[in-house]
Amino acid sequence: MASDLAIDVHGLTKRFGKKVAVDHVDIAVPSGEVWGFLGPNGSGKTTTIRMLCGLLHPDDGNGTCLGLDVLTQSEAIKRQVGYMTQRFSFWEDLSIRENLEFVARLYELPERRNKVDRTLERLGLVRRQNQLAGELSGGWKQRMALAACMLHSPKLLLLDEPTAGVDPKARRDFWEEIHALSEEGLTVLVSTHYMDEAERCDRIVYILNGKLIARGSVDEVIAQSGLITFVLEGRDVRRLMQHIQNQPGVDYAGFFGAALHVSGRDRAALTRVIAPYRNQSGITVSETKPNLEDVFIHLQEQAK
Amino acid sequence: MTRAFSFARVYAILLKEFLQMRRDRITLGMIIGVPLMQLFLFGFAINFNPRALPTVISVDDPGVFARSVVAALENSSYFNVVAETNSPQKARRLLQEGKVLFAVEIPANFTRDIVRGAAPDLLIEVDATDTAAGSYAIGALNGIASSALRDDLKGPLAARAQGPPPFNPVTHLLYNPESVTQYNIIPGLLAVILTMTMVLMTCLALTRERERGTYENLLAMPATPVEIMMGKIAPNIVIGGIQSAIILLVAKFVFFVPMIGSLLLLSVALAIYITANLAVGYTFSTVAENQLQAMQMTMFFLLPAILLSGFAFPFDGMPVWAQWIGEVLPATHFLRIVRGILLKDNGFPEIWPDLWPLILFMFVVSGIALARFRRTLD
Repeated sequence: MASDLAIDVHGLTKRFGKKVAVDHVDIAVPSGEVWGFLGPNGSGKTTTIRMLCGLLHPDDGNGTCLGLDVLTQSEAIKRQVGYMTQRFSFWEDLSIRENLEFVARLYELPERRNKVDRTLERLGLVRRQNQLAGELSGGWKQRMALAACMLHSPKLLLLDEPTAGVDPKARRDFWEEIHALSEEGLTVLVSTHYMDEAERCDRIVYILNGKLIARGSVDEVIAQSGLITFVLEGRDVRRLMQHIQNQPGVDYAGFFGAALHVSGRDRAALTRVIAPYRNQSGITVSETKPNLEDVFIHLQEQAK
Repeated sequence: MTRAFSFARVYAILLKEFLQMRRDRITLGMIIGVPLMQLFLFGFAINFNPRALPTVISVDDPGVFARSVVAALENSSYFNVVAETNSPQKARRLLQEGKVLFAVEIPANFTRDIVRGAAPDLLIEVDATDTAAGSYAIGALNGIASSALRDDLKGPLAARAQGPPPFNPVTHLLYNPESVTQYNIIPGLLAVILTMTMVLMTCLALTRERERGTYENLLAMPATPVEIMMGKIAPNIVIGGIQSAIILLVAKFVFFVPMIGSLLLLSVALAIYITANLAVGYTFSTVAENQLQAMQMTMFFLLPAILLSGFAFPFDGMPVWAQWIGEVLPATHFLRIVRGILLKDNGFPEIWPDLWPLILFMFVVSGIALARFRRTLD
């Protein structure tokens, strides 16, 4: 049944002049799930999210958001969606509390004071409620923005890179909150560049140059890629990258920390490339399950 | 080691500034367009020595000399006779309504008295609320009438063509009998200052939200364009009211400007005028992409409000096309209203011809602002 899908859009397309920013994207997010929205910068994530919450009018495509038509009912959608912009977009010359009260008034929330109090408490903002938003550090700003987005008890949260530039601890806290919200039945679509965040999602979609090219759980996306990855470790591997990258059968070679990941889809060719290093002293070679980053960089390289 | 001063670094900054300037198309257009437009506009429109000032003549004498004076006035470039009547009351009404600046009255028996050598009165009533326009009028009337009569004084009356004029010029300065410039300028300043501050107040209303990135958030929430506009304009109406009160208090107690009309009526007109100007600023902010552009648009609006409204130069002395531009500006109408109420004790019927254009202007400009307002980021 369609009502089980919080987001259900087909062929969503947006052009800016000649550039096709989003090219026939289909997304169907079941209610209550947390979906990750991944893709390189400029691939169309923000544009897609803006179309979903009615801030941009799609040039093509159709569908529903919370059962409401994205083309004609965007005002009704706005009332039930919490949208967190990529760039902090609250009023920096207002305090946290004043920002939240303003939002609560715009949504005409009953028991405003009460609701603001509870939201401040839930996100641990009580002590800072009278601080100006402009004086907050990145992590607190995101927290305040999340508080403001949740104030009107939306059924769907659209978060556009909410944790960009936020420290690891704040990031972790932020995600705990997202999971808590999801358990209360909220649907969340969150765009991110962090692989660990992607792995915390029920499902991910990957967009590249405006096209959705991968979707599913993290394991599914990795399996779909058909990628085989070898890891070369040791003191001397740093010098090898240039050479290995140009060998036939190697789709992509790159470092993860100090280890060199060599990925490709042709096992025989890959084995041949790796062979000379297997017994070299100072280098250990092993096969590993490719991680998301391997897959994404691979997808990005392929598209070139 | 870096040098204490480097021209290369100055050049680097200079280059960057030029690059940024080039990207801002609207500003670039304004740099060239605004001076040219304003130069032509004001260069042709402004006239320190006004001509064709609207005049009513009331004639109560069928005689030949009266006709000569009327004909001479009609042919003069200084006066523009817009009406001729035989009732001084009607002439006075036209003055009161601001339809004319001068009322020339030729009394009964004008011709007979000249023939008798009795030097009849030739009365000119001047709307002295506009001191600049009136200053030349009295001299001009004497000259025109004298030379017209001189040609008529022939035969037995030829002797009277020499010497002083055969009539007695009488001048009534109405509404501002002492021709105090302040009485004209201070109410005018109320109009100009309010235009300036009110447009400035709102011209950044949306531009600032856009530059700070809060616009996207505002749009994502359920406020409608009308609600946003009203919410942004309303607080400034209060500010406009405070400013008006300050200006009027100073006008009364420092410049002793007479306030003989209804202050309640003035307050109503003020509220409409303030709102109209705030709507102009708000419309600019829906168009401007950044604060610089918004400020330039404000200046672009402000100069005509000062120069073409009748504040700095007599409105009736401008060419007709410039008067049409002036008629579009709220400052022009408010100027007439405020001078009319304060100095002439004009009531609602007299100010209505200038009040409805203000109301119309307010709604049209608000309509443009709402049409310009995008509910999406497209």
